[in-house]
This record gives sequence, structure tokens and C-alpha cells, in this order.
Amino acid sequence: MSTYVEAAAETQRQPIGIAGTLVRFALIGVVLAAIAGGFAYLGGWLTPRDLTPARFVDAFEDVNGVHAGFRRNHAKGVGVSGFFESNGNAARLSKAAVFRAGRVPVLGRFSLSGGQPHVADDAGAVRGLGLQFGSADGEPWRTAMVNLPVFPFSTPEAFYEQLLASKPDPETGKPDPAAMKAFLDRHPETGRAMSVIKSQPVASGFASTTFYGLNAFRLIDPSGDSTPVRWLLTPLQPFAAATDASATRDENHLFGALIAEMHRQPLRWQLVLVIGQPGDPTHDATIAWPAERTHVNAGTLTLDRVDAEETSAATDINFDPLVLPAGIAPSDDPLLSARSAVYSQSFTRREGEAKQPSAITAADVRTGE
Amino acid sequence: MPTRFPASSRLLHWTMAAMVLTMLCIGVAMVVSLGDYHVLVSIHRPLGIAILILVVVRFANRLLHPPPPFPRTMSALERRVATASELFMYALMAALPLVGWGMLSAARYPIVLFGSVHLPFILPHDAMLYAALRRAHTILAYLFFLTFMAHVGAILFHTLIVRDGTLERMAPWSIRPRGAPASTGRSS
Repeated sequence: MSTYVEAAAETQRQPIGIAGTLVRFALIGVVLAAIAGGFAYLGGWLTPRDLTPARFVDAFEDVNGVHAGFRRNHAKGVGVSGFFESNGNAARLSKAAVFRAGRVPVLGRFSLSGGQPHVADDAGAVRGLGLQFGSADGEPWRTAMVNLPVFPFSTPEAFYEQLLASKPDPETGKPDPAAMKAFLDRHPETGRAMSVIKSQPVASGFASTTFYGLNAFRLIDPSGDSTPVRWLLTPLQPFAAATDASATRDENHLFGALIAEMHRQPLRWQLVLVIGQPGDPTHDATIAWPAERTHVNAGTLTLDRVDAEETSAATDINFDPLVLPAGIAPSDDPLLSARSAVYSQSFTRREGEAKQPSAITAADVRTGE
Repeated sequence: MPTRFPASSRLLHWTMAAMVLTMLCIGVAMVVSLGDYHVLVSIHRPLGIAILILVVVRFANRLLHPPPPFPRTMSALERRVATASELFMYALMAALPLVGWGMLSAARYPIVLFGSVHLPFILPHDAMLYAALRRAHTILAYLFFLTFMAHVGAILFHTLIVRDGTLERMAPWSIRPRGAPASTGRSS
């Protein structure tokens, strides 16, 4: 310590003595500890029980197991591509280029919910369709849609609770009914959403399925005004209700039928924008808007090519619902930011893992089963 | 008084100090956030690019206006370590945004700065490349945080213990401890 005293003498400052030096060292320690503590607080180290994207994805892995290289949810799927032909009807509501009359390329992926990439197709499983309108190096619009008119959960925390409650009991192979009942008692909004969902007939296959964007968003028009919106894709293929799965069915029957249909003809959907009114809830995906809301037909989606995950460009795309062009903006729905965060976490994990063969192989896609 | 850094250097230093500290805080907070994730990421991207631009300006400024000499209290070794740590922080301020830009490119995430303004991709679409750069981004950020802590600790040590006026070299305005004579014994 004498060197510091000498240095102080050399710079002609008053000596601060041993005690003063110690106090100053302590002060430096306090400052550094405060910075480190603040950083640790922001990084969540002081609140290890808070729900984070990593913990959310851990729960998917806990329930489904870790399947390296696959999405942690909606693990089973096929890539598709085609184009969207906008009719220009929505251009007055949104300045997004995708809504101007004209055609943009589309990349997409049909999937079944759940984190098991080789699970047998089940007509009752939630069907997903991730889409990217426009090319990635422009201003792409990504949306991850499902065949549910409303979402069963209004918050990420509720989704997480349900995920844990749905974990199969190792002894029975089924979720604990008591845990699920306790969850539904705590979350009556889930029960209400489930009855809306169950009131809709399930389509026999992907091609005749209506897909919903789930969350509310906002359209921003050229003058900067914003309109609440939800969107859905209504199939131009005739509807047929799903029948009870028979035991003879192939375990890839839903994807097989999709591939066969796409080999016969391109599949088409109409993109419908549901225009919200002031007061329509935009923060709660469990609540449907009144049926009389204006529907704007924005154009037609055509999917004319199907690819296995091994070869599809959609495999290494994160269908993050907050990848939006200028002209479409997030609503106040808390699920949106959480979906973005959790998808990103799942994406980061799987992109660093060696890819395993998918259930639907390139050979399956070629033959059209 | 020790010779101070020129005004341009001090302005760049404190502006970037605030930006980098904000950036480190946003970075560590956003990866554990659900509800604020989107807002934080939306700030993180343009702020990172702004730092990348400013660090180029700063490096040019350093070449045009070399730093003033170190206080005489610092040994030759200390001076080398101090210079190396400054250059290391410059390198990190350039590398972190570039790695971030590169990893988003490799993942084909659009790199939106604001509105319709976005950056081009600088790397091919490659899953493993994305994963490696994503990991590198985290490691470099923690390294930056540790370097930042060492920097603050060293400055405080020199200012409070050695009392050689190190902080005065970079202080945005003239500071002088109470009761201390104006001269620090520097010949300049």
C-alpha cells in the first residue's frame, strides 16, 4: 500500500492514510457489486422461479422429451410453397406491400401440435400452418396459424401451467385428471374457449381446414391510423368433416392425404381479415369477436409445392408471429411477445443440433403416397 | 491537471458508454423476458447498429486525435494493459453488432431497424452457422461486461486510491477534488 501513498505524495495530494484507503477500496467494491447485482437482477439470476423463454422450452422438452433438430412444439410437419395473390382490398387498411394488388411468393409449413416429431397423425390434434409472405430479404410477413377459432389460453403463464398439467403420468401414460381439473378451475377462460373450439366441426384433412391467426394485431394504413384485426384462411377446397380414425389408418394419414392432394392440384385458401371495432378485446386470444364483424377478403393463397423437412427452406425458418412488415403491428395481446420469445428459444436450440430424419421423408413426398 | 482527451473523444466515450451499458442491460434482460421480449429486441437491433457506426467514427477519431499520455503513476506494463483493454473494447463494440447482424442473416430473420428500414443479409442461410454465432454473441457480451467491470474498477482505483487524476482525463467537464492543488505534478 505504500506505493499508493507515495503515488499520492508524488501527485501532491493529501495522504488518506490506511483507514481512508480501506474505505475507498470498500467504496469501489460497493460500486462494482452494485453494477454486477443490477446486471444479475436484469438477467433473472435473482428470480430463478420466474417464467422465462428457456424455462418454457424446458417444459416442452420435459413433457415430450428432447428430439434433436426438431421444433419443440409442432415438431411433425412438411414444408410447402406457393404464392399469395392480393386483390388490393386491404390496401386501404394497411400500407403493407403484401396487400397491394399483386403476387408475392409464400413459404410455409403444415404441422401437428406437440413436441413429438414421429407421433401418429391424429385428426384431433391441433393443426398448424406457418407462413411467410414475401421473401426473407424483403419485408416478410410471418404468421403461425392453427385450426382453432380462439386460443385456449390468455397468458403465457396459463399456457405453461397447462403444459405442465398435461404431462403424462409415467404410470398411466395419461395426464393426471386432477391436475387438469385444478388448472381448469383456476382458468375458467380456458373452459369457455374450449367450448367455442369444440362447437366447430373438425375438417377431415389439412386441405379443408380453416386456419386462424389466433392473436389480434393492428393494421396501419398509409396515413398512420390503426385498425384492430384478426385473420384467418378459409379453404377453397370443399369441407368434409373428420370421421373417427379407424385402426387401419396409416400413422401419417393426414400428411399423406395432403401430399396426394397437392400432387393432384394446388390447394387454395382465401385470406380473410376480420376488422375489429373499438372495444373488441385485442389482449385476450380466448375471446372471439362478434360474428357480425366486417370480413375483408384480401386475396388468395395458393400452395402448389410440398417438400419434406430435409429439403424444404421452411425447415430453418422461425415462423415468429412478430416478424411483421411495416403496415402490420402487434396488438396489446401478451401472448405475442411471449410467442416470439419462446419460438426464438426453440429455434436457437434446434438450429444447433444435427438434423434427424423427419417422419415424412423426401421419398414420401415424391410418391405422393 | 493531466492532459484531457479532446472534446470529440469525450463526447464519443460517454455517448457510447451509455449506449453500451444500455445494450448489455437490454441483452441480458431480453433473453429471460416473455412480455417485454419484443420491445427489447426492437430496441436492441437499431441500437447495436448505431454502436457499430459510432465505433468506426470513434476509431477514426482516435487516429486523428491520439489519446493524451497516461498519468506518470502508471508503469509501462500498466500502460500497455490499459491501451490493450481500450482496443479490446473497440474490437468488441465492432464484433458484437457484426456477429448479431451475421447471426440474424444466417437465420433469415429480417434485420429491421425501424419501419421499413432493414439491413441486407451478410451471410448465407445456415442453421449451424446461426447457432455458432448466437453462442458467440452471448460469450462476447459477457466478455464485454467483464471488461467493462475491469475498466470501471481500474478507473475508480486510480481516481480514489492512487489519485492520479485518471478520471479527469475523460471527464465530460473539469473536475477537481476539494482541497487538492490544481497541479498534479505533471510537467505538462
